[in-house]
Amino acid sequence: MKGPDVTWYLGVAAFMFATGALGVLIRRSPLIVLLSLELMLNACNLALIAFSRLHGDGAGQIFALSVMAVAASEVVVGLGLIVAMARRHLTLDVDKLTSLRG
Amino acid sequence: MSHLVLAADSGNVLVWVVWFAAAAACVGSGVAVVSFSNPFYSALALIGNLASLAVLYLLLSAEFVAAAQVLVYAGAVMVMFLFVIAYLGGRADAPWAGGPNVNRVAAVAAALAILVETLVAIGLKAGDSLSHAASISGSFGSPAEIGRLFLTDHLLAFEITSVVLLIAAVGGVVLGAQARRLQAEEAEEALDPIARVPAEPVREESPVEVPAAR
Repeated sequence: MKGPDVTWYLGVAAFMFATGALGVLIRRSPLIVLLSLELMLNACNLALIAFSRLHGDGAGQIFALSVMAVAASEVVVGLGLIVAMARRHLTLDVDKLTSLRG
Repeated sequence: MSHLVLAADSGNVLVWVVWFAAAAACVGSGVAVVSFSNPFYSALALIGNLASLAVLYLLLSAEFVAAAQVLVYAGAVMVMFLFVIAYLGGRADAPWAGGPNVNRVAAVAAALAILVETLVAIGLKAGDSLSHAASISGSFGSPAEIGRLFLTDHLLAFEITSVVLLIAAVGGVVLGAQARRLQAEEAEEALDPIARVPAEPVREESPVEVPAAR
């Protein structure tokens, strides 16, 4: 394998995952929380594809594509919820959304 | 002979250079996503992050996944994100607004713990098992190979994915329709002043309150 080992790719994935987790934990705008979630999912995708290359097995890439589809579904539902919240004139702040009543 | 070795080395160096550029862009844009106060800029940074990830996928010879990443993620999903952010307006909140409190400090500690744990776990395995990549054929990661895997070994995952996407589409429609009905009701109430309740109680209460004030 030319270039860097799989280890280096996994290091990048670990850093991206930690950055995304930090964003999910400290940001209050639900839009940025969703964006940080995407960052975490993509870090996992990078690790999956790196392992797929390490073992020479295509199953990791299949898994990554499934994760992509699930992430797209999650974005649809999440953005739908955020738009519904905005139309109900709720504040878009995840710390203030403490009630599940409609 | 030395000519061949030189050519191989220069190819290796080129891969390292591309890897370094893509990894730096990945990490930098990832930090930018979290630290921009405007969601619009965060979404743009995420598009850059997804594009540089696609370069890393190409270096790992996952061509089809890289193409799908650019088309589906950086294309469709992020356009949807940008539409919603433009619709809601850029309501900025700075990540450091409000100063450090217990939650913030705990969040940073948790993220650092995740980073250190994963890096240590990778570092323990770095020398031996992680540095011997399997030799692969030329078709590894090509659309034909991915399609063959999806329709033979991983057919169940393929079908489940399609059901998940269908459910998400239905969920999006349901959420949108509900929000629209609510907005229509509000608009109706605003147009119809007789239907509004608070007109009468205010008139009843005012004679009671005025003497009390005197």
